[in-house]
Amino acid sequence: MRKPLSLFAPTLATLVLLLAAGCDKENKTIKIATQSPLSGAMSVIGSDIKSGTQLAIDQLGGPLTKMGYKVELAPFDDQGNPDTGVANAKNIVSDPAVLGVVGHYNSGVRIPSSEEYHAANLCNVSPANTNPKVTERGYAEINRVCGRDDVQGAVGAQFAKSKGIKTAYVLHDKTAYGQGIAEYFKKEAETQGMKVVGFAGTEEKANFDAILSPIIAAKPECIYFGGMFDQAAVLYKQARQKGFKGMCLSDDGFDSPDAAKIAGDALMQGAGTYFSTVSGPASVYPDAAKFVTDFKAKFNNNPQPFAAQSYDCTAILLKAIENAITANGGKLPARADVGKAVRALQNFKGVTGTYTFNAKGDPTTGKYFVIQVTSPDPASWATNKIDQTLSIAPPK
Amino acid sequence: MRHFMGSVNLRQILMPIGQMAIFVTGAGLLCSAVMLVLALLFRGSGADQVLQATQGVGILTYTLNSLPQVLIDGVTIGFVYAAIALGYTMVYGVLQFINFAHSEIFAIGAFCGVESLIALNGLGVLAKASAMGSFLYLGLALVIGMAASGGMAVLVERVAYRPLRSSPTLIALISAIGVSFALQDIIRLVESMTSGQFYRVIPTFGNFDERITLFRIGSKIIDIQVKSVVVILAAVVMLVALNYLVGSTKVGKAIRAVSQDKNTAALMGINVNAMISLTFLVGGSLGGAAGVLYALKFTRIDPFVGFMPGIKAFAAAVLGGIGNLTGALLGGMVLGMIESFAGAYLGTYTMGSFGAEYKDMVAFLILILVIVFRPNGLLGEQVSQKA
Repeated sequence: MRKPLSLFAPTLATLVLLLAAGCDKENKTIKIATQSPLSGAMSVIGSDIKSGTQLAIDQLGGPLTKMGYKVELAPFDDQGNPDTGVANAKNIVSDPAVLGVVGHYNSGVRIPSSEEYHAANLCNVSPANTNPKVTERGYAEINRVCGRDDVQGAVGAQFAKSKGIKTAYVLHDKTAYGQGIAEYFKKEAETQGMKVVGFAGTEEKANFDAILSPIIAAKPECIYFGGMFDQAAVLYKQARQKGFKGMCLSDDGFDSPDAAKIAGDALMQGAGTYFSTVSGPASVYPDAAKFVTDFKAKFNNNPQPFAAQSYDCTAILLKAIENAITANGGKLPARADVGKAVRALQNFKGVTGTYTFNAKGDPTTGKYFVIQVTSPDPASWATNKIDQTLSIAPPK
Repeated sequence: MRHFMGSVNLRQILMPIGQMAIFVTGAGLLCSAVMLVLALLFRGSGADQVLQATQGVGILTYTLNSLPQVLIDGVTIGFVYAAIALGYTMVYGVLQFINFAHSEIFAIGAFCGVESLIALNGLGVLAKASAMGSFLYLGLALVIGMAASGGMAVLVERVAYRPLRSSPTLIALISAIGVSFALQDIIRLVESMTSGQFYRVIPTFGNFDERITLFRIGSKIIDIQVKSVVVILAAVVMLVALNYLVGSTKVGKAIRAVSQDKNTAALMGINVNAMISLTFLVGGSLGGAAGVLYALKFTRIDPFVGFMPGIKAFAAAVLGGIGNLTGALLGGMVLGMIESFAGAYLGTYTMGSFGAEYKDMVAFLILILVIVFRPNGLLGEQVSQKA
């Protein structure tokens, strides 16, 4: 018993000393971390959340550089997986140089990960997480620039109603995000007097035969899918092959050119394919033109959905850090002060809109779009037709 | 001494086709009967009233209406499972261990087949292909998938299993799980380095998406997609060919001898290593062909595509009696059928409280029940323990 202890004590002492030494030294590097899926199925979108952040740091890091700080990007791959996201979050909060986090892509990943940020008072601004629970917890450092699913689900249902849909079959992917939005859709659809002929969740990714049998039998005019494109696109393709002629309706998880790659012509058939989203294509934002050009020049690619929003999240964080440093007399601020500075920003002008956060961390007005898929070609995804644009304040 | 290799033994071809017909109709009839009894029992229940209210049909009519489509889906997926299950069962028969890497062998077949079709599509030949031509191209993709998977299976055996052959089977099992993960990430690596894509989608060509009308009941048309027919026919041909190979050729006899007793087989002048490699080659290429057919039917694949079909085919092999070729076929059919029925009716009968997502749970519950009462599977025999 004695031996390991006697070894342990000096090791611990050295560690404490080292840590203390590390903290003592005036640290002149500020890191902005990103958390998004960089590998796997959703990496197309996730990589551009990282790229959007990178571009913002390159273009907007100037004021901080003048103050004598070096701004760096610390990208993390959450793989769209809650466990990985939380493990990364623990790493992120343990690095004192990180003053802000941009991400995640998936609400189901962000909800547990943000508990870690909250415990460390680390400010997190998200470009894409729409689940209400993200901000409903009322954490002072957790914000988003996008809308919410309780509104987005309702927007989807009202849209279906406006197109004369009377019956809908609702499916979801059993994640916090997909199931959440599907339930909001169902609730609003019933309020609007539509008939919801079925409501089911599935994790199936390839063989939708068994799931489609009761759907085809129920003959709904619309299949609503709450979840990501990688399931929805396969589902819609197989539904068309089984003779479904109605409308395919989904949510912002469908907003990926890979959806067109997977489902192709099937998206054009029947009553067409629509999705609601909280992030319009970059072309709808008048101030985003320069962003798109710069993005193309740097990464040799069109920005994917949520890239411009990530750019804005980073811009907000950088501005807040700058303000916090000024308030702190030129010295590096505490993490909690960055969070407070984000909430203190009024009418911050980004490329995708003007942002002020409410007490929960929601933007005071959220933009919602309903988009129709107009081409089976993934390269034309950005030119899809916007059917509706709405500005709605978050629920109190 | 008479050589059977030259002359085709007709009985060896007709028998498995007969067996398949019996299994398909048997499993189909059994499931349909259970379903109809359930439908009769559920008349007047809450589920019935919900259906009356939302769709204007009673539960019996509803069940009958969708029955043919559910049966067709069940048979199609059942044959896919059976083709994969054969790979598990053959290796088990010869080496008494579970080759968990077989699900990735399946995925490699799917990827090589789909990549070759994408390449052909890029050359523009697929779009111009006639109906006959498109079948030839699909055949080519099948051959490429089979060759890649068969080759990979042989390689895996040589590298990861043969050095461990004298150690306990548990060790080889762990090695298999390791190989499985390694292959998944190798596919991912190769795809991201070459195409940069995670998903691969099989090109649309030929008339595989069209539907053939089977028969009409009143105004209702019962039809089947061409690709489902292709999947079923290809699986039947493979199963018959395998049965013939193992049952009535000289190499088949050698494989059976090795599976009964390796040492004695070696004393009789059989090259045991070659026979084991051959087992992996045949099992692997069947898995590869199943991969291409799976991609044709479900259109999209990713590097993790093998996991679920693999685990289900393994379950099918156990259900039928692992080590038994006919058992793998029966197990695949039963599992496919149960899955299809559970998926289609569970949600309606439980008024949405158990949706289609519980289909796997039902299928595996039935698997557990079968294993409790018949520990060696439906067709399994008591395998004598070797010293």
